[in-house]
Amino acid sequence: MTDKERILEVRDLVKHFPLTQGIVVKRQIGAIKAVDGVSFDLHKGETLGIVGESGCGKSTLAKVLMALERPTSGSVRISGRDIAKAKGAELKHMRRNIQMVMQDPYTSLNPRMTVGDIVGEPYEIHTEVAPRGDRRRRVQELLEVVGLNPDHINRYPHQFSGGQRQRIGIARGLALQPEIIVCDEPVSALDVSIQAQVINLLERLQDEFNLAYIFIAHDLSVVRHISDRVGVMYLGKFVELGKDVEIYDRPAHPYTQALLSAVPVPDPEGREQRERIILQGDPPSPANPPSGCRFRTRCWKAQEICAQEEPLLQIRTGTGHESACHFAETHDVVHVG
Amino acid sequence: MKKTSADVLPVEGGFGNEPLLAVDNLHVEFHTRQGTVRAVNGVSYTVSAGETLAVLGESGSGKSVTAQAIMGILDVPPAVIPKGEIRFKGTDLLKLTEEARTQVRGQRVAMIFQDALSALNPVFTVGWQISEMFRVHRGMSKADAMKKAVELMDRVRIPAARQRVNDYPHQFSGGMRQRIMIAMSIALDPEVLIADEPTTALDVTVQAQIMELLAELQRESQMGLILITHDLGVVADVADKIAVMYAGRIVENAPVHDIYKGPAHPYTKGLLDSIPRVDLKGQDLYAIKGLPPNLLDLPTGCAFHPRCPYRQDNCVTDHPPLHEISGTRGSACHYWREVLDD
Ligand SMILES: Nc1ncnc2c1ncn2[C@@H]1O[C@H](COP(=O)(O)OP(=O)(O)OP(=O)(O)O)[C@@H](O)[C@H]1O
Ligand SMILES: Nc1ncnc2c1ncn2[C@@H]1O[C@H](COP(=O)(O)OP(=O)(O)OP(=O)(O)O)[C@@H](O)[C@H]1O
Ligand code: SF4
Ligand SMILES: [Mg+2]
Ligand SMILES: [Mg+2]
Repeated sequence: MTDKERILEVRDLVKHFPLTQGIVVKRQIGAIKAVDGVSFDLHKGETLGIVGESGCGKSTLAKVLMALERPTSGSVRISGRDIAKAKGAELKHMRRNIQMVMQDPYTSLNPRMTVGDIVGEPYEIHTEVAPRGDRRRRVQELLEVVGLNPDHINRYPHQFSGGQRQRIGIARGLALQPEIIVCDEPVSALDVSIQAQVINLLERLQDEFNLAYIFIAHDLSVVRHISDRVGVMYLGKFVELGKDVEIYDRPAHPYTQALLSAVPVPDPEGREQRERIILQGDPPSPANPPSGCRFRTRCWKAQEICAQEEPLLQIRTGTGHESACHFAETHDVVHVG
Repeated sequence: MKKTSADVLPVEGGFGNEPLLAVDNLHVEFHTRQGTVRAVNGVSYTVSAGETLAVLGESGSGKSVTAQAIMGILDVPPAVIPKGEIRFKGTDLLKLTEEARTQVRGQRVAMIFQDALSALNPVFTVGWQISEMFRVHRGMSKADAMKKAVELMDRVRIPAARQRVNDYPHQFSGGMRQRIMIAMSIALDPEVLIADEPTTALDVTVQAQIMELLAELQRESQMGLILITHDLGVVADVADKIAVMYAGRIVENAPVHDIYKGPAHPYTKGLLDSIPRVDLKGQDLYAIKGLPPNLLDLPTGCAFHPRCPYRQDNCVTDHPPLHEISGTRGSACHYWREVLDD
């Protein structure tokens, strides 16, 4: 992997949302630390899966990567250039290179636009990619690539099923020939029988166009299937990052272990004997995360040092990949998928 | 004289070999401007005391509508029940007066709804909403009912229940609100609990907590549980038996171990085959081809035939009945033997 070209570099990325009080005069009384120090690289043609509980900051991270939200601090470099420092034509060019596929195929498409207008809309901003006269042909090509009938270019979103609408969203994401696509829960809203079709499509397109994916999802077996590496997030931070086999077969962080053990196995054989770590309580508020290790309030391994010292994301003795736990230790309790 | 459920329903044990709850050849239609939506087309299933039946199936296949028919909460019109029975301890609920039905609903047969998170009223405290069950149905005083509410919140393991009883729904997390919904549904010790996708909106770690809680409540009280879900993992974990629905029909029913060992209907087989597997990483996932059916215009013969890899000519013309494979197992496929052998 290291010899492959690095296309995205994220360093110490932070996104805080101000918490304000008062209606007329707003005072900032704190901040929601949605993303609080995230670093990783993404290489050409690679898929990085991101998993973690609701509210841990996955979508916020995606938005900051897409430059839809300004980071509070830290940097996002695309092909070596810092997106926060880019302006004008350069920023436009960088934006072209990173596109997004959203979770909800039912609301993320404008109901009053035809499929042709939706898929071709990015060309309105990036006229250089497809001259006006060429657009219709381009859009029809894209529809064909994602397995839709090119003759349906004048139809409206409501005339398509959920899976087909998700394909429309993917076609639109491909329009500007990006090198990176951020997929935020791209199949969660779809029927089980349709999810596999969309995942196969994403994988086929990756091979064809050498795309790099950031793949956010809560179905851990789907993430394992599609990812080369996986990052596990908890309260705004990565607690573990490694190759798919490292995370799934040799998880080192207690949170990853609990998360994996909670996934029900689709096989009833031996279900009574299965070891399961049931976490107590809910994740703490991102406005007021615990000191030291953020997982310590729910962790069965926590000692005094966990409250005092923040464990950094690094390779630890006995484990071959990065984890952020003072007592990291590989453990093979669980098998997903 | 006012009839109570005790008058119209036989007493404990008085229902012979009948299971606790039996849905029998149920049909539900919606009459809409676009035409008649045949949402449920002859569904039969049963659940006994202490048993967990998982109802699995494609979105729109009629899982929730069947549950709403059991609860007697379908809007009539547009809904019509042209045929079928729903027997609770041998008594057909569909033949009861609305008054008698009210005695069953929520008290003896209760339900946790699919959109539970929005089902709580934002302007009342959770304690008030739980205690309402006892005030309305048991005629308890406010103070006594509130005491019961705290007990129930304890029972579904909401920490510091006594302190939190006067909090409003928005002050609880999604998982906690789901516990409160569970507390309300078990408040009156129902004999049958229908849980419609009780954990779909929740994280896996919270899902594990909720499923454990439901299993524990069931062990304590021997409720029959009907669990509606599309998660093949959850089903494998908790179900005793499974009913798989497609286009308003049961296409396969079986004890849980049988189905996972070898499905007998091509749709069930497709679902199981499309689960990602570690040893198949890097390959395409198996995908059921085509699209879910349009209920306004169901395919002829077997409703699954346009998507089915086992299809033969007669599938397009002849509707397959639910073939009995064994005393506890059935498949609505002309070629169930071939499917089972693969
Ligand atoms: N615009 C905003 N203003 C204030 N807080 C926000 C904003 N957007 C997100 N948050 C908060 O930031 C935290 C992270 O939210 P985010 O949507 O990134 O989570 P997520 O991991 O995508 O969760 P899910 O799995 O539910 O989609 C949450 O506490 C959320 O409430
Ligand atoms: N009031 C109504 N009017 C018309 N059609 C309805 C009505 N209620 C439900 N339906 C239709 O009945 C069919 C069955 O719906 P149901 O809610 O039972 O599906 P489901 O199996 O629970 O699906 P899901 O997994 O998405 O919850 C659907 O096609 C739905 O559109
Ligand atoms: S009856 Fe025919 S079309 Fe229907 S599932 Fe069986 S083989 Fe397939
Ligand atoms: Mg999100
Ligand atoms: Mg439903």
